[in-house]
This record gives sequence, C-alpha cells and structure tokens, in this order.
Amino acid sequence: MAGISIHGVEKSYGKTPVVHGLDLDIAPGEFIVILGPSGCGKSTLLRMIAGLESITGGEIAIDGKVVNQIEPRERGCAMVFQNYALYPHMSVADNIGYSLKVAGVGKAQRRAQVAEIAASVGLDQYLDRRPANLSGGQRQRVAMARAMIRRPKVFLFDEPLSNLDALLRVQMRAEIRRLHRQLGTTSVFVTHDQAEAMTLADRLVVMRAGHVEQVGTPAEIYGRPASRFVAGFIGSPPMNLVDGTIDAGGAFVPAAQPSAALPLGRTDLAGRKVLFGVRPESIRLGPAGSGQTTGQIDFVEELGAHRVIHLDWAGQLLFVLLSEPAPLAMGAMAGLAIAPTDVHLFDAETDKRLDRVSREMIAA
Amino acid sequence: MIERTPLFNLLSQLLLFIGLVISVLPFFVVVIAATHNLRDVNAVPMSLLPGNDFVANLTEAWTRANFGVKLINSVVFAFGVAIGKVVISAITAYSIVYFGYRGRMLIFWLVFITLMLPLEVRIVPTYAVAANVLSPYQGILDLTGISWLIQHFTGVQVALNFGLLDSYAGLILPLVATATGTFLYRQFFLTLPDELVEAAKMDGAGPLRFFWDMILPLSRTNMAALFTIMFVWAWNEYLWPLLVTTDPLKRVAVVGLLDVVPGQDSIPQWNVAMAGTLIVMLPPLVIVALTQRLFVRGLVATEK
Repeated sequence: MAGISIHGVEKSYGKTPVVHGLDLDIAPGEFIVILGPSGCGKSTLLRMIAGLESITGGEIAIDGKVVNQIEPRERGCAMVFQNYALYPHMSVADNIGYSLKVAGVGKAQRRAQVAEIAASVGLDQYLDRRPANLSGGQRQRVAMARAMIRRPKVFLFDEPLSNLDALLRVQMRAEIRRLHRQLGTTSVFVTHDQAEAMTLADRLVVMRAGHVEQVGTPAEIYGRPASRFVAGFIGSPPMNLVDGTIDAGGAFVPAAQPSAALPLGRTDLAGRKVLFGVRPESIRLGPAGSGQTTGQIDFVEELGAHRVIHLDWAGQLLFVLLSEPAPLAMGAMAGLAIAPTDVHLFDAETDKRLDRVSREMIAA
Repeated sequence: MIERTPLFNLLSQLLLFIGLVISVLPFFVVVIAATHNLRDVNAVPMSLLPGNDFVANLTEAWTRANFGVKLINSVVFAFGVAIGKVVISAITAYSIVYFGYRGRMLIFWLVFITLMLPLEVRIVPTYAVAANVLSPYQGILDLTGISWLIQHFTGVQVALNFGLLDSYAGLILPLVATATGTFLYRQFFLTLPDELVEAAKMDGAGPLRFFWDMILPLSRTNMAALFTIMFVWAWNEYLWPLLVTTDPLKRVAVVGLLDVVPGQDSIPQWNVAMAGTLIVMLPPLVIVALTQRLFVRGLVATEK
C-alpha cells in the first residue's frame, strides 16, 4: 500500500492556470473521492497523479517517491477511464491481460492470472468476447479487472460510473467499495455525483476552480461545510442560504425582510454581514405561531419516502424536507422551528464558515 | 430519404443496369476483339460474336511483348509501391498524430504540399534525381564552394554519381514518397479515442508497442484499402516507368503493351493488342477481388 502526497501542485495549459497550488495527503489504503463541478480541475489532478498530464509546478509523490518525471507505467498506478477505453480488437481476456503481456509474463501464467481476476469480478463467462459484445456494466468490470490485474499501488478512477444507468451505478458503487475492502489499495476516485462521492469516500475532497474547498469525511463535509460553495454543492435538495446581518442581540436579520429576525445567540458576530444556511431537513414545521418564525407554504413536492415543501420566508424560497407525511395546505402559514445548532453561518465577503469561538478553543 | 415503391425500384434497377452496360461494354469489346483473327478484327463493323483465335492471340501477345519478364517486373513494382506506401504513410501519420515534437506542423504541411505536386508535375526534376540520386548533394557542394576547395587542395574532382535508372529502386521510390496515404491514416488515427493511448500507457506499452499492438490491428481495413488503391494505381502507372526504364528486360507490363499495340504503317493487329491488354489487366483484377471485402469496409466506415 502506498500513500500519495501532493504539494503545491499547479497545472496550466499555456497561460491558463487550471490547478492552483494544491496540497493533499492521501494515507495508504485510503479511499479518496474528489468531487467538484465540471471544469474544476479534478480530472486534471487525477491525470497528473497517473502521469498522463505533465505537472506545471509542485510535487507529487507516490509511496514517498517523487514521480513528477516518472513515466506512467513506472508509477504503479492503474486507471479506470470514464468510457472504459477497452481495446476494441482484443478479447476480454486479452484486454485484462495486456499489461502482463507487455511486462513479458508467459502465456500460461497470464491465462491463470486473468482467469482469477475475471472470476473475482464475475467475468469468467465472457473471456472470449469482444468489448463490443458486452453490456455497459460488463465493460466496466473489464476495465476494473484490467486495472486490478497489475496489483497496482494506487487505483485511479476517472468518473467510471457516469456512463451507466442509475441502477447499475448503485450496484457498481457497492462493488467498488467491496473490492476496496478486499484489496485495501489506495484509491482516488473522481466524480461530479455527490451521492457517489458520499457513499464511496473515506475522505472527500471538494474542489472548485482549481482549489481545494474542503477535505474531510463525508459526515464532516455534510455537517460542517467550510464554505458557501460546499454548503450549496453538497446535499439534495440543497442547503437553504439567505443573505442578511447579525444584530446586536445575536439574531439573524434577513436582508429582504428585517422584521423576520431569527434569534441565534451569536453576539460574537454582532454587526457582521453573513450568509445564513440551514439544511432542509433541519427545519421543523408547526402550526402558524409556533417556532421562531413564520413562513407561507408555496408548494409541496410529494416524493413518496419524503416530501419537499417549498416555503416562502422573508421573501426567500426555503426548502423543507419532511420524512413524515403532514397535512399541509398550499398557501397556509406555518411556524418554523430551527435549532441554533443546525444553523450554518458564512461570512458574506469571504464565503468562509463562521464558527462560534468556544471558551475551550480560546483556552487552548 | 428512402423510397420503397415498385416503380421507383424498377427505375433505379434500370438506371443501374444501364450504368453497368456502359461501364462493361468496352471491356466486352476487348474480350471479343481478342478472340478474332486479323481479318475479322478489322471488319467494319466488327462482329460482336466471339471468334476462334483467343489462345493464339494470347500466345502471340505473350511472346511478342515478353510478358513473362514484364509481368514479374510489374508485380515487383506494384507490390513495392503499395507496401512502401502503406508502411511510410502509417509511420508518418503515426508520428504526426501521436507525438508532440517541435516542427510537427511544419512536417505536416510539407507533406500536405506534396499533394499539390503529383509526379507528373515534377517529372523533370524527379527524373534528374533518379538519374543521379546524389546530384542535389553535388549541387550543394558546388554552390558552397566545397568541391572547388577539395579540387584545389587534393586535385580530386568531386563528381558524385549514383543512378537509379533501369532499376526497381528507381521505379518504386519516387512513387512511394507522396502524401495521399498519410492523410488516409491521419484521419483514421484522429478517430481513435485518446483514452486508448492513455490506457495503453497505463498498461505499460511504449510507442512502438502501441503501434504494433493497437494501431496496426485497428487499421487493418484501412491498410487493405490503401494497399489496393496503390497497387492498382502503380500497376497502371505508365509515364514514370516509361521514362525511367529503357532496358526492355526492366520494363513493366503496361509499358510492354507498346510492343503489341500497332503503330503507324504497321499491320493493324488489334486482336493481339487486345489479348495483351487482357493479360495486363488480370493481376489488378485479382488483387481487387481478393481485398474487395476489406477494402470497402476500410473506406466506408471505421470498425467500432
């Protein structure tokens, strides 16, 4: 097993910088998911680790060895591509065994190893087929088997599930997780699908415009988003974000409707312009007059397992996620209860999270 | 739009049939003329029923033009050009598409420009070079004064001479070095996904390995197409072999037809001439028939 350390890595195409001085340490055996919108540089980062892109600045080390100038084949990485990139003129067995063939492994040994790997991903029936005669899921498995057979130090996945249909995607997700548990190989997985990211990751790296926004476990990232971007990007329906200020009493005053102040007890932020964030599932609805504030129900999205209520509060659209069925009439007023601990505040200028500075932290 | 009405079908069948007749008719006349004797072939109008002298005409043409030697020359020449083209084009296009070296675009455009200078246009300089391959270097030495210096100090006059006239190399090489095939390959290589290269890189394959294991098998049909086109083209080439070979034993079959086609004031033995034509036509037909399946696939679509 090998760790990866990335220090001050930069990438520019011509004069256009794509990745700006990125730092990341990946522990041996860890499953890291890099998540970000398209064009954020996440695939570029992956390809720099693989050696398919040159590194403009900084250093990438795999297993303690700087690999900037090392050819892809000598880095000990195996990669699964988005469109699988199977060799169309070769059988499944030849596809899987190609790296062994290049390495000069004998035919008999090659066949044995291919058979073993193919069995572990359920491909043993298809060894003689061409990729064109396989389904999407099977092609995906071939691509995985081809990566696994080299017993690489690092697995790299470049959005490998995005070409599959929804059901298959969930299955393959579970399978990738199972394989990682079995093999324990350090893995870096790039995706723009947050559900995929949350379910697969030991640690999640959220990227935006060539910068790392936040690194942490899925629970940390969901529970304590470090910036406005992360808060809005992770979670579905997305976190409710409202502009406003904190008054002298530590209450949040929405910019659009100052009368709807919400007491939060954040006197430490008095006078600051902030962005108020609350997850849809953290808002509880009650009869009009209950809770800290009141909103008007606009529309109810009934989704079976849960329901999303579109609510008008202080001139803003709020999403509320309810898991219990509730008799809600459109146009009715409802009381909103929000626990202050569920509220996320972000600086209106820097977009960074504003945490309460606790006494313990000051003492430390 | 695809129409499927009986009348329209009939009409298109009819059109195709007329087209077929038009294109096959000359060939038919050649075959018929090759079976006649001297009197019948010169009758006006010539009878379109076959005569009895087919074998005699073939033998006569064969011996008169010495096709035994010339067909072998033609086969060597056409195979040489076709194989040379396939190899050179594949390598050049591979280099242009897959490697990012300095001056790549310059090379690409130089190759491109040769498209506008077919052999017929530059036949005089090409002949001069074929007559003495070293003449450009001699020119450089003369222009820079180096040969004068050498003569001045050593008394040896520099006169480089290496001729390719009347040789297979002289026949083949000038026809190999052109751009058409390079473009066919380039377009094909550009359709291959980048991930294929990257996957092969990750699997540890170097450039030569990738060329051998991926590019060659994947471009099989393109090669067959290019090979066929170039074989037929080289086989039918007349001007260049006529210029560069003077020894009758070095001439190719198409030029050899000169020996059987009646000239002015000679006996109008068109029956023998047509028999000779048939002999010369046969090998490219065989090649096209053999590679036809691959050939069509290579030109129509790339294999998925």
